[in-house]
Amino acid sequence: ASLSFTVGRSFLCRPVVPYSSVSNAMRRSLSSASPMSGSDASAEPNTDKLFTAEHEAMRSTLRRIIEQDINPYVDEWEAKEIFPAKQLFKKLGNAGLLGVTRPVEYGGLGLDYSYSVALAEEYGRVNCGGVPMAIGVQSDMATPALARFGSHELKEQFLRPSIAGDLVACLGVSEPTAGSDVASIKTTARRDGDDLVINGSKMWITSGMQADWMCLLANTEASVKDPYLSKSLICLPLDLPGVQRARKIRKIGMHSSDTAQLFFENVRVPASYLIGEPGQGFIYQMLQFQEERLFGAAANLLGLELIIQETAEYARQRKAFGQSLLDFQTVHFRLAELLTEVELLRSMVYRATAKYVAGNDVTMLASMAKLKAGRLVREVTDSCLQYWGGMGFTDEVRVSRFYRDGRLLSIGAGADEVMLSIICKYMRTLPKPPKK
Amino acid sequence: KYIHIINKADMAASKGLKILVGCKRVIDYAVKVRVKPDRSGVVTEGVKHSMNPFDEIAVEEAVRMKEKKLAGEAVAISVGPPQSQETLRTALAMGIDRAIHVEIPLAQLEKLQPIHVSKLLAKVCESEKPDLVILGKQAIDDDCNQTGQMLAALLDWPQATFASKIEPSQDSKQLRVTREVDGGLETIDVSVPAVVTSDLRLNEPRYATLPNIMKAKKKPLAKMSPDQLGVDLQPRQEVISVEDPPVRKAGAKVESVEDLVGKLREKGLVK
Repeated sequence: ASLSFTVGRSFLCRPVVPYSSVSNAMRRSLSSASPMSGSDASAEPNTDKLFTAEHEAMRSTLRRIIEQDINPYVDEWEAKEIFPAKQLFKKLGNAGLLGVTRPVEYGGLGLDYSYSVALAEEYGRVNCGGVPMAIGVQSDMATPALARFGSHELKEQFLRPSIAGDLVACLGVSEPTAGSDVASIKTTARRDGDDLVINGSKMWITSGMQADWMCLLANTEASVKDPYLSKSLICLPLDLPGVQRARKIRKIGMHSSDTAQLFFENVRVPASYLIGEPGQGFIYQMLQFQEERLFGAAANLLGLELIIQETAEYARQRKAFGQSLLDFQTVHFRLAELLTEVELLRSMVYRATAKYVAGNDVTMLASMAKLKAGRLVREVTDSCLQYWGGMGFTDEVRVSRFYRDGRLLSIGAGADEVMLSIICKYMRTLPKPPKK
Repeated sequence: KYIHIINKADMAASKGLKILVGCKRVIDYAVKVRVKPDRSGVVTEGVKHSMNPFDEIAVEEAVRMKEKKLAGEAVAISVGPPQSQETLRTALAMGIDRAIHVEIPLAQLEKLQPIHVSKLLAKVCESEKPDLVILGKQAIDDDCNQTGQMLAALLDWPQATFASKIEPSQDSKQLRVTREVDGGLETIDVSVPAVVTSDLRLNEPRYATLPNIMKAKKKPLAKMSPDQLGVDLQPRQEVISVEDPPVRKAGAKVESVEDLVGKLREKGLVK
């Protein structure tokens, strides 16, 4: 199904105002660099000032945790096809890494999105894609709507412990029959007295086997015809009767991340577990897509650089036909091309982040960055794997793992085709939906 | 000469020691160091720098002593270029209360030696009056292992180097320091004020949590110059050249002790 929007669906084109947590200092430092300082919010911010000493200090802390608490165990977790989320998230929570942009009142740091991007980039140092993906869900994808629209009680019950790393969160949007076409999900949550009764199923749920709670998107407004206005987001504890974690899905990559299919049969939650306004769930989901897409693009930059470097080092010492593989022009020139593309993607990510932090809507740029990232990861890992020859085809080297893990980026968190549709919408080249 | 005496009773009863911790900004331990083409030194431009690992241990110890209520205030000091401020911010993020930066002009940086640093620190001790100075035992760039010892001599304070443990003495009037020496572990009692240098096993430094990194921005960081402190940075040594260590040649395996002695005799190393 295609996502075709007419100009009339203005709420999807509406400029998104990010959290009021954009610090004034950051706003000033960004706008003072541009000639139209402060007065024109869409002036290109100076991305040289995007990352401060504090950003770098946070990256150092994360780097140490990755080197001490994550990388030594990655091979084991990949083999087991699961990683200890509770333990790891507690360590990350203690360091303050899970709530960087979340409200201070609930244990977050209340910082702007540039800090999330800095940390996302550092996650590229992890030796696999599964663990950073699961961390991204915990820190950036399962909680933005809750943080912004949830009631105080709901935030105390679900947001605070998720930021602290005491509860593992997951996001329940996709279903077996609805991936890109979010509007056609079938799971329902019908009002029954003071409760909501949930029936349906969810698919492709990252951390679904381990999670304590799910941010669930379900149909709640039976009387509303418009599929974009009939859904709500609900905090769903996963230990309730009727919740069935049916199976852990076996995938070609992202092995260390447990991906689940879940079924819900008459699961009861208090109606107060609904986040914000009923019927607004789809809109709430859309609002945080810019961040999700930038995160996806940022998180792959460092990994791609490292793979290119590692491939150059391998090719340097690998001999073929009397010389080192790296000395063949096709090899060193190709690696140079690939690194150029990575730097271009990085520039786009930083530019989109700076504009977003300055208060602009960056839906188009974020979608472009996600599209490019998904395709670039496939291109880089495929080309590099070729230069590893037979070794590239084995489990004994990193490039093969990134080849497998990286393939998901063009599919998950917004498929390439969806990104293209969004860009076409901004280009006004998207055809009108067929008359029903 | 500067003398500062604590004659009061229990350290435990007092409001805690005032600790001064030294941190040096050095090339990161993981970096592959390269010698400059003109052999005057190593390449530092654009190279990753971080806090000297032994100084991280010193900072961690000071913070732990604060947490145990043995210390009341911990101050970090760094002697170095403008970027040493980042090193001090790391110390602040780990839990140090405030920082002092003695800024060295670029021209004099390469010729700075432990004798100069210890004189600068001694001057700062005159005004700050710490009860305890903790320094890393040595910096991983020059491996001098001198500053702590020189500082103690300049101040005429007791020193306890290569510390693997610091605790109050039996009567709580002194510090009991366990030192790592060639023969094993040596435990001594030192009166305060004293200079202690940290060794590897003293503790495992924490990483700065993100909330503490943000809090560190607000902690005071004072700047000083060598002129203000009245210390002459005239170099005492001249570096003639810096070279890569010789490439390690392959060794040879021998089957028995007799073979070994025979080979040593062949090479004229044993008569």
